[in-house]
Amino acid sequence: MAARDKHGPDAPWGDGFKVIGKPNRKVDALAKATGEAIYTDDISLPNMLHSKTLRSPHAHAKILSIDTSKAEALEGVYAVLVGSELPIKYGVIPWTPDENVLATDKVRFIGDEVAAVAAIDEDTAIEACELIEVEYELLETIVTAEQALVTPEPPIHDDRKKRNNISKHVELEFGDVDAQVDDADLVVENDYYFHSTTHTAIEPHCAVATFGNDGRLTLWSSTQITHYVHRALSRVLEMDPAKIRVIQPNVGGGFGGKSDPFALEFITAMLSKKSGRPVKMLWTREEVFYAHRGRHSMQMHYRTTAKSDGTITSVDAKLLIDGGAYSSFGLVTTYYSGQLLTGPYAFPNYRFDSTRVFTNRPPCGPKRGHGSVQPRFAFEVQLDEVATKLDIDPIEIRRKNFLGENTTTINGQRITSNGFLECLDAVEEASDWKSKHRKMRYGTGIGVAGSMYISGTNYPVYPNKMPQAGVQLKVDRSGLVTVFTGGNDIGQGSNSMVAYCVAEEMGINPDSIKVVAADTDLCPVDLGAYSSRVTFMVGNAAIDAARKMRNKIVEAVAEHWKVEKESVRIIDGTVYNLDNDEETLSQREAFHVTEEKFDTLGSTGSYNTPTLGGDYRGGTIGSSPAYSFTSHVAEVDIDTETGEIEVKKIWVAHDCGRALNPILVKGQIEGSTYMGAAEVSLENYEMNRFSLHAGPSLLDYRIPTTLDTAEIEALIVESIDPEGPYGAKEAGEGPLHSAIPAVANAIYDAVGIRLRELPFTPAKVLAALKEKDEVTADA
Amino acid sequence: MRVFHLKINGDTVDVAAPEHYTLLEILRYELGLTGSKQGCDKGDCGSCTVQVDGVPMLSCLVLPSTVESKAITTIEGLAVQHRSDGGEGASLLQNAFDAAGALQCGFCQPGMIMSAQALLESNATPNRDDIKQALAGNLCRCTGYTQIYTAVESAAKDGGENGCS
Repeated sequence: MAARDKHGPDAPWGDGFKVIGKPNRKVDALAKATGEAIYTDDISLPNMLHSKTLRSPHAHAKILSIDTSKAEALEGVYAVLVGSELPIKYGVIPWTPDENVLATDKVRFIGDEVAAVAAIDEDTAIEACELIEVEYELLETIVTAEQALVTPEPPIHDDRKKRNNISKHVELEFGDVDAQVDDADLVVENDYYFHSTTHTAIEPHCAVATFGNDGRLTLWSSTQITHYVHRALSRVLEMDPAKIRVIQPNVGGGFGGKSDPFALEFITAMLSKKSGRPVKMLWTREEVFYAHRGRHSMQMHYRTTAKSDGTITSVDAKLLIDGGAYSSFGLVTTYYSGQLLTGPYAFPNYRFDSTRVFTNRPPCGPKRGHGSVQPRFAFEVQLDEVATKLDIDPIEIRRKNFLGENTTTINGQRITSNGFLECLDAVEEASDWKSKHRKMRYGTGIGVAGSMYISGTNYPVYPNKMPQAGVQLKVDRSGLVTVFTGGNDIGQGSNSMVAYCVAEEMGINPDSIKVVAADTDLCPVDLGAYSSRVTFMVGNAAIDAARKMRNKIVEAVAEHWKVEKESVRIIDGTVYNLDNDEETLSQREAFHVTEEKFDTLGSTGSYNTPTLGGDYRGGTIGSSPAYSFTSHVAEVDIDTETGEIEVKKIWVAHDCGRALNPILVKGQIEGSTYMGAAEVSLENYEMNRFSLHAGPSLLDYRIPTTLDTAEIEALIVESIDPEGPYGAKEAGEGPLHSAIPAVANAIYDAVGIRLRELPFTPAKVLAALKEKDEVTADA
Repeated sequence: MRVFHLKINGDTVDVAAPEHYTLLEILRYELGLTGSKQGCDKGDCGSCTVQVDGVPMLSCLVLPSTVESKAITTIEGLAVQHRSDGGEGASLLQNAFDAAGALQCGFCQPGMIMSAQALLESNATPNRDDIKQALAGNLCRCTGYTQIYTAVESAAKDGGENGCS
């Protein structure tokens, strides 16, 4: 474990942080503010063609024939591509490759990709797509998850060993759950539902590909996972990966929606190969909705048993997960739906039974808080019900069941730092909880919830023992340090984070650092921006590389000055001799002295996870080198006439280990909370009874504007993780989770109704109010 | 094809483009002014916002023939204007967005900044509600908006102190 033990303020050379924890500027923000920053669609290559995809109008159908002759004859068309030309299947998880670039034998949802055209411009490509004749034979459409469970025929994927529509089933029990029911003072059991939502990054997916005459392929893509795209291209195009270069330009938001390899990446590559010209494809907003990979809807049944003092004795969960038409990350989703619930509370007995099914809907995948936002909603609402029934303050019951730090969860996950209690304290105080809970006027209320999330996972998608993150430094005679990292900056600021870590560790200013990222020809491999892994893993790799370089500089300068190494200190880009105040070297001079001694300067650093996880099948899925913790308090105002829910304010405290840059951490906490709160009543990824998307636009799918967003107060809790870079953990996904149940629990405090089925529409609020009134009247 | 006579960021340009092209397509694909972004092409997201005679407009909904006699300012034009006013580098507002951490992925921000700039030109001392109203047509998916408000408020404060925007 490279970088963790010698850095920080207690390092032998250290006297407090110079860069870490300070509100430094981002390395790329000014370029973004001025319009200079280049995103994929901003790239235009000489002689470039434009391409479009023909998509299926049917939710489930066999393809009997495809005739592209009219399209090919259209003037301005340079290449046409159909599925049979790229028959090798792929999928981000190597165990479940079930996607074709373009449909080979059947289509599985409305919007599934069938054929593609490269033409002189988009209009011609669209016209050509309309000329492609496809003969379909319709199959029974599987619209809902319940239908999928009881409908093995026709299987949506008929080349799997089992003929059914079950994508993945996981059942795990820790302890003896059923035995707790008889001894419990309280049993609470209910059904919950979390609807599907989607990422809607403002930048639509885009790719540009060019095949050089040397047979090398270069692809620019708005992806979060350059490395997996690289691997997938090699597999599907049957090419030597050394001849493929994947570059991620600036990405206009991801949130998990750009973490699968997508068809357009293969299509542009293949169309470029066929036409001999560069090819671009930019999806329309409607196509982005069909690509989806958003939050799985889940039907959840939970049973919690507790003692009268509020101690949880068991939790039992059964979940039905609608996966849509393809596997995507589904294997992981199914595990995460159970594995990530075992904190921040101690579960002495726990069981989950999760089933993901295939339906003829756009495929679901990882949306911010992958697989664990839905169960978190259900459990935190149930825990609130337990507190209410036992007449315990909802914050107190969360403290009571606190898991603790430096411990192990019931399912074998190692917990190191844990600032959950501080999170609860922070939101309790900031929200003035004690004077508000159960004390506000009817119609207004306050609710709390807590959560936990991974800081990366030790399961590297494809099994291998190589580092999960690598960083290289090039130290130049000009005084510049160039950092090469495979990490994907998708707006979260990972390139800035890398610059801060290198600057801190080398003792130089971030301004003298340039970051080159996410270019597979130039940068060492990093697995990508998913699972909240980048700060933890790439940060540690950057520190490792920087520390090695710093040691060289110190050694060379000490020899130059003929002093002990301990007398050489680098602060803010100047090298000082502690034995002689007169003697200093500039950063550039020090680099020269070092290059004279060691030859051309460079260093590498890496990070890999320790061995983690429970000793059972699936025990490593959900195990992370560190976990973040969050608590939300929400205050709501319910209009009992219209049923409308107004979230007035959300207080959120997040344990991020250490805030490497507090401004960036707050941005992640606020952005996560906003996105979670939007899932309560605004956003709904809805299909009609024909499995047609109900409104694939940013007008119909209502992401919040400034006027729809509650005031958010972000509070940083620093538990200083023993293994994180300078003690840091994740901040990008954890602070979404508990926003949703906090609002649900606030609604109960406001009007006494327990809403368990998302989204909370005005109609559901009114129906629940009516039901409550009838029950009260009957009583 | 048609030739459009446009005044963009102080330059007079003649652009030959298909008649149905929107102003956004002219900017991005004919003139290489790629700072204005396309997020939806339907007027829903606001990332293509430019100013036409000082008024924020969605360039994906504007046909270039309707703005031929008007002054069009894009995100690239803000820094141009700032420098011609004697400033250096990026404008006060652009710097404020950077300092406040308001730029995450950055994709919505050119449009957001153009709307905010128009607000500050018509109201040099906006309160939080004024800012929310002025930016309600610009969707941001990263920030939750708080740091954007901070940026605009700080630019308004600094602009007041320095007597310029």
